Amino acid sequence: MPTVSMTVNGKQVSADVSSNTLLVTFIRENLKLTGTHVGCDTSQCGACVVHVNGNSAKSCTMLAVQAEGAEITTIEGLAKGNDLHPMQKSFQENHGLQCGFCTTGMIMSAVDLVNKSDKLDDASIREGLEGNICRCTGYQNIVKSIQAAAKEMEA
Amino acid sequence: MTTETGIGASVRRKEDKRFIIGKGRYLDDITKPGQTYGYFIRSPYAHAKINSIDTSEALKAPGIVDILTGPDMEADGIGPIICGWGITSKDGTPHKAPAHPALAVSHVKYVGHQVALVVAETLQQARDAAELVEIDYEELPHVIEVGDALASDAPQIHDDIPGNLSFDWEIGDRAAAEQAIASAHHVTRMDLRNNRLIPNAMEPRAALGEYDAGTDEITLYTTSQNPHVHRLVLSAFNAVAPEHKLRVIAPDVGGGFGSKIFIYSEETVCAWATKKLDRPIKWTADRSESFLSDAHGRDHETHAEMAFDADGKILGFKVSTKANVGCYLSTFASAVPTYLYGTLLNGQYTMPAIYCEVQAGFTNTAPVDAYRGAGRPEATYVVERMIEIGAREMGIDPGEIRKRNFIPPDAYPYETPVIMAYDSGNYALAMDKAQAAIDYSGFEARKAESAQRGKLRGIGYSAFIEACGIAPSAAVGSLGAGVGLWESAQVRFNPTGSVTVFTGSHSHGQGHETTFAQIVSDQLGVPIDQVEISHGDTGKVPFGMGTYGSRSLAVGGSAIMKAIDKVVEKSKKIAAHTLEASVEDIEHSGGVFSVAGTDKKMTMAEIAFSAYVPHNYPADVEPGMDETAFYDPLNFTFPAGTHIAEVEIDPETGTTEILDWVAVDDFGNVINPMIVEGQVHGGLAQGIGQALLENCVYDKESGQLLTGSYMDYCMPRADDLPTFRVETINTPCTTNPLGVKGCGEAGAISAPAALMNAITNALGKEIDMPATPEKVWRAAQGL
Ligand code: FES
Ligand code: FES
Repeated sequence: MPTVSMTVNGKQVSADVSSNTLLVTFIRENLKLTGTHVGCDTSQCGACVVHVNGNSAKSCTMLAVQAEGAEITTIEGLAKGNDLHPMQKSFQENHGLQCGFCTTGMIMSAVDLVNKSDKLDDASIREGLEGNICRCTGYQNIVKSIQAAAKEMEA
Repeated sequence: MTTETGIGASVRRKEDKRFIIGKGRYLDDITKPGQTYGYFIRSPYAHAKINSIDTSEALKAPGIVDILTGPDMEADGIGPIICGWGITSKDGTPHKAPAHPALAVSHVKYVGHQVALVVAETLQQARDAAELVEIDYEELPHVIEVGDALASDAPQIHDDIPGNLSFDWEIGDRAAAEQAIASAHHVTRMDLRNNRLIPNAMEPRAALGEYDAGTDEITLYTTSQNPHVHRLVLSAFNAVAPEHKLRVIAPDVGGGFGSKIFIYSEETVCAWATKKLDRPIKWTADRSESFLSDAHGRDHETHAEMAFDADGKILGFKVSTKANVGCYLSTFASAVPTYLYGTLLNGQYTMPAIYCEVQAGFTNTAPVDAYRGAGRPEATYVVERMIEIGAREMGIDPGEIRKRNFIPPDAYPYETPVIMAYDSGNYALAMDKAQAAIDYSGFEARKAESAQRGKLRGIGYSAFIEACGIAPSAAVGSLGAGVGLWESAQVRFNPTGSVTVFTGSHSHGQGHETTFAQIVSDQLGVPIDQVEISHGDTGKVPFGMGTYGSRSLAVGGSAIMKAIDKVVEKSKKIAAHTLEASVEDIEHSGGVFSVAGTDKKMTMAEIAFSAYVPHNYPADVEPGMDETAFYDPLNFTFPAGTHIAEVEIDPETGTTEILDWVAVDDFGNVINPMIVEGQVHGGLAQGIGQALLENCVYDKESGQLLTGSYMDYCMPRADDLPTFRVETINTPCTTNPLGVKGCGEAGAISAPAALMNAITNALGKEIDMPATPEKVWRAAQGL
């Protein structure tokens, strides 16, 4: 079994994994970071989104060994101690979640979306969420959450 | 008066914190010491006989623990999966339900049918071992569509059920409806198809069984909307364990929409197998399994006839429906196309005569059961499409024809010809507000403007009604329900004044931890952060019936109100004693108990403390402050409203853009407007999904599920949906103490008719759901 080493939420981790272990499995099963979810088996739902070297990535679509040496941030690493990230606060403030299952992936995608774009309007946010499925909210309050957080993050 | 955290305030949700920091605890996040992993071997055929199952090679595979099959379950006396609602056919005979063993014994009846459970130390080992199991199947003829299944030459699916007919049910007055149709000025006749859907809660179903040999107790963690119902059925019918030795826990559940009400094979097998193997066993569906084996929704073929007089007044309505129930009758499958469907065909209108008949047919597909709205979306679709088409045929404005037929606001209680008694409503008010919001009178000008750009603009109404808050136990019992549909609540004060509320309702996204806390905070003056709502664990909460049918607030919330009444009654006695007054002189408001006409008072926290430290205490009052109530509703509730959709179609590409959506709903009193609005958004998204995108398709030739992944089953995504404009009007429900009606399903019930009315208005032509670009393009091109 190959050994993989990476930095997850600022901590150096390494483990022996089989070569076909998915990054999401490594995060959930080996590291017990269960905030990253699995909602599908075809890379379509975005419940598993984490940041790999600062870019959002579907962790069900990567092998753990492909993340060798990478800097990974999961939802558990987004807040600074007790200080929630503006995107987290905004989801609560704007009722951007219901059952919460899609939410962690949604927040990780949204942070990356805001980081990478200058101007986000309703349409571009909706387009930017193409890779994330939510069955509960109808997306309206997710869009609102992201708009509000984007203002906060610019400031 | 609305306080910041009381009834009527948009309190931010208490439960959100754990979800936004990744500390939600869904089933697959739970791991037990010594846990094994289960993997289900499923049928690759739509219909086949199992000649043999050879596990010998697989049992030698690395990490294997055991492989369990249907005969093993039978040998252990585990009973079949049941249907909990008995329907009586026209001829007086009970519905026919085939025996449904949790693991197939001799035959498989649909693709995805559970055949064996492979248990291994890791999931990968279980999957690998499953590859080594040799099953000899002998394929048999299958049938997919309900119309085909009920035809005389159809393949027989169950030996003991001739013609694949489960029941042939009716409601209403056939002769009166036919008479009205025969003598009417105008009759609208339509064939309507309600497309089959797959619920797709984002958290897949899962189960984790854990056996304690010391206590002989089984704990089943499962993705359930009603853990006590799971416990009851698994004990009383499946004989997995006696009820007092079975604990069912539904932890954080990632959406349900009905699909997690039912008692499925997988959790039954896991609960049984954990004891048999004396190891914890976890099974989590992958999405492909969810597509194959979650109970599907809808799937009706309907012929309807609506009779009008010359003014567009409805005279009679006749509906014949064929409902596809899949290969077995799931937990509530028989109630959905009958008492949750036929009883709502009266809509918001005065209809002198209604008749509805429903034939439920078995097919070689996954079981079909309740999905968000459950029968009521199907009813609204039929009523609201028929009245719209009637208006078009008679040249009457679609808003106007509805107004001519609305039950007037002074006619309540209003008895319909299909056994419902509406308690309250104001349908014209909702419609007026919706028309104003969308600027209905400006539509023609907007349509002309679209036409100049070569686009087709359409507008469509849906004036829906639903029956929620299910339900009075005696009433549903007389209609065939196998259970009562009350709810429980326990309000437990701690000595320091904080409160834990135990509810039999279950939240899987609805926000009970906030809404219910608002009620307690409002009524008893406890700061909302000192109110904890506990749900989902049969080891903690009193027996409860769970969450479905928009019942949690109307029934579960009312139970909390009843428990609060008991707290208040007891508190008055304690206050009277302490303040040296008579009980009659104690007045209560928001957790403050005062002696009338004086400034003597005690707070709820002081009284709770006194109840636990009863040094100076009334002799005839028990110590402690912990009150339980069970609430059985007096009636269904009847949320209703008008939704108007405006669309623009590009005839060159067939794409439909939703330009505007106005929803004006009457949910009675509203506890948390923010949460209510969110529920409407979510329901609308699912209803729009049904009308525009979603469709479950099995290949008729092979019986394979063609839409078995997110690449083939089109889920609504953010850029498929508009920004909704949601308003409420508030005609309080007269039959429950909160005056609430329920909001969870409204959007899913209302949306399909509104959208299809808008699309067909734009096209000037009928098409069936889902209105895919190809269908729309063909219609627009006259093909
Ligand atoms: S789990 Fe990764 S996209 Fe669905
Ligand atoms: S909040 Fe439930 S899936 Fe998005």
